[in-house]
Amino acid sequence: MIKVIKPGLQTTVQDQGRIGLYEIGMPPSGAMDKFSYTVGNLLVGNQRNAAALEITYLGPVLQFGRKLRISITGGNIPPKINGQPVAMWETLEVQEGDTLSFDFVQSGARTYLAVEGGIDVPVVMNSRSTYTLIGIGGFQGRALAEGDELAVGDMHEKKVPVGTRIDPSLIPVFQKTHEIRVVVGLCSYRLTEESKAVFLESEWTVTPEANRIGYRHKGERLKFVERQQPFGAGSNPSNVTDLGYPIGSIQVPDGVEPIVLLHDAVTGGGYATIATVISADLNRMAQIKTNEKVKFVSVTLEEAIGARRNLRDQLMKIADAI
Amino acid sequence: MGVKKPMNQLQTRYEYGGDEFVFVQLSEEMSLEANFKGMAITRELKQRELPGIVDICPANASYMVRVDPDVLHPEELIKELKDIEQKMADLDHITIASRLVDVPVLFEDPWTHEAVMRFRDRHQDPESTDLEYSARVNGYDSKEAFIEAITSAPFLVSMIGFVPGLPWCFQMVAREKQIEVPKYVRPRTFTPERTFGFGGAFAVIYPVQGAGGYQMYGIAPAPIYQKEQTLPDFRDSMVFPQQGDIFRYRSITREEYDQIRSEVENGTFVYRKKDFSFTPQEVLEDPDAFSEMVLRRLYHD
Repeated sequence: MIKVIKPGLQTTVQDQGRIGLYEIGMPPSGAMDKFSYTVGNLLVGNQRNAAALEITYLGPVLQFGRKLRISITGGNIPPKINGQPVAMWETLEVQEGDTLSFDFVQSGARTYLAVEGGIDVPVVMNSRSTYTLIGIGGFQGRALAEGDELAVGDMHEKKVPVGTRIDPSLIPVFQKTHEIRVVVGLCSYRLTEESKAVFLESEWTVTPEANRIGYRHKGERLKFVERQQPFGAGSNPSNVTDLGYPIGSIQVPDGVEPIVLLHDAVTGGGYATIATVISADLNRMAQIKTNEKVKFVSVTLEEAIGARRNLRDQLMKIADAI
Repeated sequence: MGVKKPMNQLQTRYEYGGDEFVFVQLSEEMSLEANFKGMAITRELKQRELPGIVDICPANASYMVRVDPDVLHPEELIKELKDIEQKMADLDHITIASRLVDVPVLFEDPWTHEAVMRFRDRHQDPESTDLEYSARVNGYDSKEAFIEAITSAPFLVSMIGFVPGLPWCFQMVAREKQIEVPKYVRPRTFTPERTFGFGGAFAVIYPVQGAGGYQMYGIAPAPIYQKEQTLPDFRDSMVFPQQGDIFRYRSITREEYDQIRSEVENGTFVYRKKDFSFTPQEVLEDPDAFSEMVLRRLYHD
């Protein structure tokens, strides 16, 4: 049992996500930085899909009801057990009554707490991930609140020795400026050539509207190719006949402030999508904070698939070492 | 009728959505034929059960497929999709398994009216209600005549999405009769749960309270999304609508509204519905006759 003394800014239960339900308008939810989440589970010997806590910006204070192995990965929000700093990216052990708290965020934006066995909450449509918009999954469909008591599950498959660490060269470093790789496409035909270039050459500033639903960026206005709007599309030049939005897709309503849609986003709508963040960089996107700078870098499909393989190989290497 | 157009005149566009998605735009404009074509292709794709396909998301005039690129390369998927598209080039042999559903709506109800008035400053025409404005821009003499146009012919559920359960509904009438309205100038921060709205060429019901930009005309007494799954229509899924359903929006009185609300609250409400199969050709050749037949089947047969 884990007791929530203070909930932190937004702490939610997440796993790999509620996959395959676009057809009914259900976004995947799930851990935003899957790399850090997965390493967290590996360090406590969990099955890949065990649920963890996703901690955002400001960490919670948690008290453990029994001896348990845990790990803390992702953005650097320095963890402390009973007030003493402890390492991230390492298998730790807490005793009954121990308290876990966090210092102010140093780098990145989201930290994962994995516990041996995983967080046990009811499975809703094959996932324990929290989707707060409609209040399903996770702990009662919402972010954690003071006084909540979390049960620990049995998704444990391997005993990992306390003190196990991963190769430091495999620990991601989170800066304040970010190059995010995208595949340009979808409805990019709607942008003028000039605006396509502006989109890729600009340094964008992340606005306060940056959360699990999406990240909005400030910068130059983009222009769409003039046309008579097709029937059903709506009157704004950034409108298209309502279509599906891939996770990571980027839209620019009215040409102002590109939005990268993330795991809890709406699944479709009437804005032209112009590019998609590659799957490997969605993890990095999750570690970006408001006011940080983003540059979108165009890559080919093959480069995107290559980046995905690299990430998978890194995770295999980590799994083998553990 | 002038609505039928050979399929090969639709311009298909195949695009990558990063390394995990393929997006296929069948047509830039909305049409029944584009929607039927997307439905036929995605249903066939589902049947092929290709390893590596993670999600199939049919939309209005497009569709999207999510893959695990380590199992199925997106390029290979596109080859497969082109093959399916070619085989579906004419819709002659397609039958769509569907349901006819009676969907009651209380027009000009007090709850959406309150929201309509609250957000007048975000609307094209702050002096009219959404219904009065929409009737006028579509050339109707009165809001009653406009409601009559909405309720006299059924709608095809052409896509589900935005949030879980929201049905985009496209009226099954000839193009010249189709209603089209702009969305709010700036989106609202509030829309009541179960609002019946209209935006672009689509009617919708908002499953949950939230932001929104569609014109608001009324409210449905029955849910289209129920997470508790206590009503019989929600036993298998939290979401009631399915792409391909045919909805008839029926104007009801406040009395019937209250009656249905109490049935919903005591757990006995069931949608009036019938299983039904149709071919795209039936609809495209004579939408008026199709519409009459559908209403007869739903209420009398």
